[in-house]
Amino acid sequence: MTMTDDRSAFYKNTNVAGFDDVPFEEKERLFGLVKADMRFPDYLYGCYECGICVAACPSARFYDFSPRRIAQAAGREDVELVYQQMQEDVWECSQCFSCVRCPRGNNPGGVITVMREVAVKEGLVSAREALEGYSRIIYKIMSTGTQVSPDMLQPDAFPDWGPEVKDVSDNLDLWRRALPPETHHTTSTGWDVDEKTLLELYLIWFHTGALDMIAEVDEGLHMILQEVMEERLEDAGVEV
Amino acid sequence: MPIPVEALLKKKEHFERGPDDPRSEDFHHELFELEEQGEWIVHRAPEPWVGVTTKYGNIKKIPKAHLWHHKSCGQCGHIPGYSTSIFWVMRKLGYDYNDPRDQTSCTAWNYYASATSNAGAQAAVAMRNFAAAYESGYFPLIHCGTSYGHYKEVREELMKHPELRAQVRDIMGKLGKQMVMPEEIVHYSEWFYAMRHEIAALQTRDMSGIAATVHPACHYYKLVEGDAIYDPDVYRGQRTAIVTGVAEALGAEVRNYSTWFDCCGFGFRHILVQRDFTRSFATLRKIERMKEEADPDVVLTHDTGCVTTLDKSQFAAMAHGKNVGVPVMSEAQFAALAMGAHPYRVCQLHWHSADYRPLLEKMGIDWQAAWAEFQEDLKKLESGERKFSTWDDVG
Repeated sequence: MTMTDDRSAFYKNTNVAGFDDVPFEEKERLFGLVKADMRFPDYLYGCYECGICVAACPSARFYDFSPRRIAQAAGREDVELVYQQMQEDVWECSQCFSCVRCPRGNNPGGVITVMREVAVKEGLVSAREALEGYSRIIYKIMSTGTQVSPDMLQPDAFPDWGPEVKDVSDNLDLWRRALPPETHHTTSTGWDVDEKTLLELYLIWFHTGALDMIAEVDEGLHMILQEVMEERLEDAGVEV
Repeated sequence: MPIPVEALLKKKEHFERGPDDPRSEDFHHELFELEEQGEWIVHRAPEPWVGVTTKYGNIKKIPKAHLWHHKSCGQCGHIPGYSTSIFWVMRKLGYDYNDPRDQTSCTAWNYYASATSNAGAQAAVAMRNFAAAYESGYFPLIHCGTSYGHYKEVREELMKHPELRAQVRDIMGKLGKQMVMPEEIVHYSEWFYAMRHEIAALQTRDMSGIAATVHPACHYYKLVEGDAIYDPDVYRGQRTAIVTGVAEALGAEVRNYSTWFDCCGFGFRHILVQRDFTRSFATLRKIERMKEEADPDVVLTHDTGCVTTLDKSQFAAMAHGKNVGVPVMSEAQFAALAMGAHPYRVCQLHWHSADYRPLLEKMGIDWQAAWAEFQEDLKKLESGERKFSTWDDVG
């Protein structure tokens, strides 16, 4: 066998992964952002191709998804495939981290977390699509301090959860008042969060750029959140 | 050639982990070293504590009392009998606690679902909560499996990356808070495991006729796995001992099934916006397997997402005539029931979906009488005779 300097034969054709309309340089830039995350080297060490991660992965059973492909594409720096995965695969991951059973010490789920973050921050189509119908949840999470809340249990939102959801919804105020822990009597938050704590949480979102990330996937929601937070902080005399 | 199962089992009969295993390296050295360097304050686990063994043989301190309850958004919001049972059991055992209002959620449900956050923000949220616990003088006890797993991740990231510590320190400074890291990150189910004999000593209901299957939460024992509790007497030390250890101490029969290690199917974003996946996985890979192989009276688990997923996913599958229909609850609710707790006033089982009534009957509980008592409470609340139910009202 003759070795050649032309190694292109060992790589996929650039158009196999699709997204031909996106320049290679742009795909390379995005992968560069993934690799620049401080956690990336902690999450990827190599791959034995043993498939343990795939066997343990719930998403691999129901989707055309493989944590091994994620680890391998990132490991061999396959820019085209990584881009395709950021547009198609990463939102299928369950983030259960069953894949960290990897004997090589890889964390494909962690690599996906980083890839998702870049997809959101850069406003990729996949991120916008994946987060459609998610606005109310993000609003709750960022503005109330307790993420999910009792009043999210509406029968039209959870018709497949059985008639008990309607019972909860119909009796919410009464059933919440029947809970003995004093912090649990609220209906719009999981528990009662004090004002000072909420303001501290808002400051974290402002100072870490987490709030700005929303703008790339949902501009309207970002505006509402910013207004709500700024108003509350201003009322309390806190400068951002 | 048949698989040599017997040979494999024999090999696993005796299993020791110790200093020879490189994974047994104890993170506490680094934790205290960073404290010496002035990077943070280590919040010591208060006395009295129970020493338990973790996966690679290190001892973990589980404080008995004086705990700051880091509540779970999903538990408090959608299955409030979960958190209520944790508090109730602690009160019955006579240990003091703090149910704080200066606590936020870990926000990791969103992070693992949407990635609309980043490492700095997530670490700052965690450290703000740890600082709040430290200021109160109480030690944090984490109710949610994902909060617990995520905080362990945050601890690892902060120990490894000085630039992240610097970023978070700067933010904590703006909030007027100190950098504080707990000596141990403790999940409530570890407290239940550590206290299982004290709980069993106050047991009033016989659980010996109850068959249970256990679903362990992925974020408890897969994420930063070295913190999870393993016990040579439970599953020969091959699987995490929490939940199973508690159920067995209460006299229940824990039955095995083949997909024990599988996730529940929660998926974070999937349960909210792509539930066909969650429902399919939860029923096909977990509930149906349990029913077929173990036929349990109850599924016990120890996390917000797992209880929700395994419980709520059964309704639609039942409509298709699938082999489902088994109640799901946390071991905290199960332990509370064993200690005589009211199924509605304390365990709040009316928030659950899968039919739990046959289980209550098997436990010797008259659920119709209990429901009537709860309805009387509601009448008092409705008429204004009572504004809220209190701990004194629920027994």
